[in-house]
Amino acid sequence: MYFMRHWSVRHARGLNRVYRALEGMLVFLDPLWRAIGLQRVEKPMAAVERVTKGLLFDCQMCGRCVLSSTGMSCPMNCPKQLRNGPCGGVRENGNCEVLPSMKCVWVAAYEGSQRIPGGVDAMRKIQFAVDQRMQGSSSWMRVVRERTGAGE
Amino acid sequence: MKFEDEPAPGSPLPMLPGHVSPGRFERVLRAGGFTVTSELAPPDSADPDEVYRRARVFDGYVDAINATDGSGANCHMSSLSVCALLTRVGYAPIMQISCRDRNRIAIQGDILGAAAMGVSNVLCLTGDGVQAGDHPQAKPVFDLDCVSLLDIARTLRDEHRFESGRKISFAPRVFLGAAENPCALPLDWRPLRLAKKIAAGAQFIQTQYCFDMARLRRFMTGAEDLGLVDKVFLLIGVGPLRSAKAAEWMRANVPGLYIPDAVIERLKGAQDQAREGRNLCVELVQEIRTIRGVHGVHVMAFRQEESVAEVIDRSQVLAGRVPWYPARDTAQSSTQATS
Repeated sequence: MYFMRHWSVRHARGLNRVYRALEGMLVFLDPLWRAIGLQRVEKPMAAVERVTKGLLFDCQMCGRCVLSSTGMSCPMNCPKQLRNGPCGGVRENGNCEVLPSMKCVWVAAYEGSQRIPGGVDAMRKIQFAVDQRMQGSSSWMRVVRERTGAGE
Repeated sequence: MKFEDEPAPGSPLPMLPGHVSPGRFERVLRAGGFTVTSELAPPDSADPDEVYRRARVFDGYVDAINATDGSGANCHMSSLSVCALLTRVGYAPIMQISCRDRNRIAIQGDILGAAAMGVSNVLCLTGDGVQAGDHPQAKPVFDLDCVSLLDIARTLRDEHRFESGRKISFAPRVFLGAAENPCALPLDWRPLRLAKKIAAGAQFIQTQYCFDMARLRRFMTGAEDLGLVDKVFLLIGVGPLRSAKAAEWMRANVPGLYIPDAVIERLKGAQDQAREGRNLCVELVQEIRTIRGVHGVHVMAFRQEESVAEVIDRSQVLAGRVPWYPARDTAQSSTQATS
């Protein structure tokens, strides 16, 4: 939802804190996920993610979530799916060159990143090519697997 | 400037220490000359002579020729084939690659093929959205963006492997570039984006048109503060405006193109607007040359390519240097022979 997307950017600081807490909790509950089976948790978790992040960020479920590095503005909403900053076509009013009525997701990202501690530095990190196989998978469970060393 | 090791046209130059490509463009930049590039609009045709005709317009005035890759998301002859034709006769083409039409499998294959055909320069672009062009019904690919494309191209060249990790036996020796738009929003983010492109592998930058020197200087100051100006060769985009009406149309229809009101007023007030547009372009080139960290200009003159020669000639930025073109050295030696 376009309205919620911009609400989220305005509340990037708070949402980043909420996410950090959530990530901590998910990692803490790792033994539980293992007991149930990581494979079995994957689908329901992806469903929860799709609904909550869909509402807040118009999440496209790329599976490689970088919201904390993009000021809570989802780069996959860019018509070119740019993951490393705005293209050269940003209009003088800050809107998208392809969709003139939409604010450029990277102009929003730049605003949001200034609200997150270390956010602008995070935007400077290179985001490498997306693994398209991850489309539709849970980004949260990927983070849990990475942080607990469970591998891919 | 004539290189001592000038090869037969179509053959690569010997590679110098510290260079990544056997190309003329990298040579000129590293030799420190003020460098001029321009852009060839690939024809809507399968006739190679149309490509050569369009290239000949620049003879003696440009160091390298960009071949656009479906610019504006319109269909034309492919950039790879234009470059392959140009290298046959010795020109130094810059192959533009856009991420709009091909995925990483096709693009990596194209970089290998281009290098095999003598292409020494690659400009990594994201590309315009399909909605902008003559095939809005096409599927936009965007498997990569320009930064991940730079990273993959550099991996091919320096680590001799595909993104998948599979080894290649002979790496493409290509000089890597990217675009930037110093005059587009968010202005504060532009130098940071430049930093990202350099970190991902960009060695030269060709910018969008810059008509606003205040914005360009702000961008250059930002780049200097980040310590970027000595890490990259910057070519600033310029071009003659044909008329006030054309400028207004471009401002309204080319996203990210910023033309200040003062420029349009100046054209409106002129008797010969096309001439005034060229005058303005000459002045911009001369001012741009004085900015620290700038290594050249990229002259874009769509449908008025013949004006590039006049602009470069009058601005005197080549300082008597004659960039290579197929008949240059034979023309010179025959004059020497007769004199």
